Amino acid sequence: MKQLVNAFVAVMIAAFALMYLGSWMNKSEGYSGGNTLTIYNWGDYIDPELLTQFQKETGITVIYQTFDSNEAMLTKIEQGGTNFDLVVPSDYAIAKMKEENLLLPLDHSKLPNLSHIDPRFMNLSFDEGNRYSVPYFWGTVGIVYNPGLTHGLTFKSWNDLWDSRLKNNILLLDGAREVMGMSLNSLHYSLNDTSEEHLQEALKKLNALSPNVKAIVGDEIKMLLANEEAAVGLVWSGDAAEIMDENDKLNYVVPEEGSNVWADNLVIPRSAANVEGAYKFINFMLRPEVAAQNTEYVGYSTPNKDALALLPEDISGDERFYPPKAITDKLEVYGNLGKRMLAHYNELFLKFKMNND
Amino acid sequence: MENRNRWSNLYLALVFIVLYAPIFYLMYYSFNSGGTMHEFEGFTLDHYREVVQDTRLIIIVINTLVIALLSSAIATIIAVIGALAIQHVRSRRAKNTLLSLNNVLIVSPDVIIGASFLILFTIAGVQLGFSSVLLSHIAFSVPIAVLMILPHLEEMSPTLTDAARDLGATRRDVLTKVILPVIRPGIFSGFFMALTYSLDDFAVTFFVTGNGYSTLSVEIYSRARQGVSLSINALSTLIFLFTVLLVVGYYFLTVKKAKKPSAELTAEAGVPR
Amino acid sequence: MTSKAKQVYLIPYYLWIALFVIAPVLLILYYSLFDLNGELTLSNYADFFTPVYLKMTLSSFWYAFLITVFSLLVAYPAAWLLTRTKHKQLWLLLIILPTWINLLLKTYAFIGIFGTFGPVNSILDVLGIGEKQILFTGFSFVFVSVYIFIPFMILPIFSALEDLNPTLLSAARDLGASGWTTFRRVVFPLTVSGVRSGCMAVFIPALSLFMITRLIAGNRVITLGTAIEQHFLVTQDWGMGSTVAVFLIVVMALVMVLAGGRKGARHGK
Repeated sequence: MKQLVNAFVAVMIAAFALMYLGSWMNKSEGYSGGNTLTIYNWGDYIDPELLTQFQKETGITVIYQTFDSNEAMLTKIEQGGTNFDLVVPSDYAIAKMKEENLLLPLDHSKLPNLSHIDPRFMNLSFDEGNRYSVPYFWGTVGIVYNPGLTHGLTFKSWNDLWDSRLKNNILLLDGAREVMGMSLNSLHYSLNDTSEEHLQEALKKLNALSPNVKAIVGDEIKMLLANEEAAVGLVWSGDAAEIMDENDKLNYVVPEEGSNVWADNLVIPRSAANVEGAYKFINFMLRPEVAAQNTEYVGYSTPNKDALALLPEDISGDERFYPPKAITDKLEVYGNLGKRMLAHYNELFLKFKMNND
Repeated sequence: MENRNRWSNLYLALVFIVLYAPIFYLMYYSFNSGGTMHEFEGFTLDHYREVVQDTRLIIIVINTLVIALLSSAIATIIAVIGALAIQHVRSRRAKNTLLSLNNVLIVSPDVIIGASFLILFTIAGVQLGFSSVLLSHIAFSVPIAVLMILPHLEEMSPTLTDAARDLGATRRDVLTKVILPVIRPGIFSGFFMALTYSLDDFAVTFFVTGNGYSTLSVEIYSRARQGVSLSINALSTLIFLFTVLLVVGYYFLTVKKAKKPSAELTAEAGVPR
Repeated sequence: MTSKAKQVYLIPYYLWIALFVIAPVLLILYYSLFDLNGELTLSNYADFFTPVYLKMTLSSFWYAFLITVFSLLVAYPAAWLLTRTKHKQLWLLLIILPTWINLLLKTYAFIGIFGTFGPVNSILDVLGIGEKQILFTGFSFVFVSVYIFIPFMILPIFSALEDLNPTLLSAARDLGASGWTTFRRVVFPLTVSGVRSGCMAVFIPALSLFMITRLIAGNRVITLGTAIEQHFLVTQDWGMGSTVAVFLIVVMALVMVLAGGRKGARHGK
């Protein structure tokens, strides 16, 4: 008994000592109390130096919290109980948050730097007139491949993926919209197609791809492709840039049938506690020098045209990540298909996965 | 006999090698200047420097430890009570029902536990952050600790408590002088299991945390989006070495102290003291 | 008066059951009755009994079974040998220690170890077996799962073996029992409660594994856990996710009742 009590007391003392140390560190770093701004963003999706710079300029301490999928973020915001001041959702998630009345309408007069954004990325279908969102980064969905291992295939067309020489050599992203969209595009259908006949055709075509698919994976796709575990991967352009940064043998291409264009955006949720701070932060991030620095750190494509002008030619002139108009015209945003259709897409994707063992 | 010993040592060695292989793999690459867990380019301590400079990461480590220690201690206490409750129930059907209820949280996938706790906390108006994380960690650690304690309680001969009571012991005495000492190994394994669950949990914490509060596994999962940075490897190496030192040091310290009445030590074998 | 005192100290546990077990289960049951449009319906249950989910259920059970069996096969001898070592408590702690390193990190390490250019394939190469695809197979999935669950199997078995009275063993030997007979007739029956809690601590969570089905098996193994995670986090079809969860809870209760029933019979003898 004495031993039990001693052990218990020891554990409690250790816990409270640590707790005290933690709160002391929090205070000395300015994380608790006072003037703070809580940002809810994807992991490592901002240059930390910029956070320090913002803090120096405004005296507002930034608390940076991260999520790893739009859906997880949505669940959190929908339930309430949190007070994030700024969130960075993707396009379709914004449409959803708008529907559920979770966002604060933006006062454009407080965002003079909005003028630096390329009009091509303003007024997109998920948020007409940018009433709620400010573009942060954008990109495409395409194919990363290792030219040495693909028997001369260059993936100008999605259909190159079905080549029998790629047996067990393709990695797919674990996303219903991306994989179904690829199959629909390869059949020259829209990636927002809702015709049952076309969808079944797309599923059939996917099942034919099974022998070539090595695995369907998440974020680790970057590491696997950079390590040459497979010759080909279906990825987002942002990931592609990182992969190629690690392994310069690889190449990225958006097939000519068309593909998806996506955008991540800054929004202020209704539950925000420091709305003024959030405006200041958005305006700060829109500054061309800041956006340029952030683009160099993150490596995704920036919608800020004046920032692009500040970037070196090897970034701004790279047509794989800043494609010419001929290609951007064929790109589509994932439309809001409604819950039912989305569930159907997921069900078809699940059938494909079950078929893949 | 000699031969047999060698084989059994070999078997144990193999088990330990496999258990530690991924950890040594992580540790090895924490010194890699190449920046990935793929090709070892050269030796560097840069990743360790990053860890020491990252105060937010250190705060998160402290948060994780506080939650783990507090939640497992409290969960173990509740679990002792729970095991006694289950033991007390006479009818077999009621006992099975209670056990099933106990195990619901072990069988439920973390995502569901997390989501349903999140709804519960918002209904109850608990502020998301330290308290919600602590409560959920206590909640999901209780059943495993009960499972660890219960077998010891069941193996305990009922004549023991009867005898104690016949000898005039109060209920309190029976508990503190008879039952608790007998089930102590179970209590310690329960505590360590709870600690393990708490340190490892990602999904539940992810749902119920908020307002800037974070634990290590949540942080690692969200950083993993950009590929695990080797500073996380470095941090894990430090934590690992620290725990090994703590465990080994503590063990030998107590063994030394208890050296004289060694007969008592073997008789009281429990998980660490 | 004593019976009242008894009840009072049991309160925290029953409170825990009410708040964190019964309430969430009721919530899940409630959600499982709603479809995507928020209408009250049993359609989720109808959907569950379609080939896709039945196949998934079967494969989940098969893999959970394999994982439990292999964990037991590895853990029992290990636990037994551990009880014979000099510093057994220390060794036991060293078995638990690896579980304190973050699971995702260890999984990433396994991706490296099993990868095409990883150490295991280099060894296979040196041995002349040649390169094999290890990652993204059923084998690697079972291996890593067993790896994760081993400590949870060893611990209860170790405790049970520790409680074993050593005089029983010498008695059995004095009576002329062979090593195997002693094990079968004396050791194993007396440690069966430890084995049971170990199996429960492995089989049931193994049914709902999710992270590593993607990381290690590349979605070639789809378990019920994966489906639930997808429904809650991706499709946001909480109704269907809850339905799968209700099914899992029912299965668990059944397993418990069966295990409990068997034990009751043994005691009755």
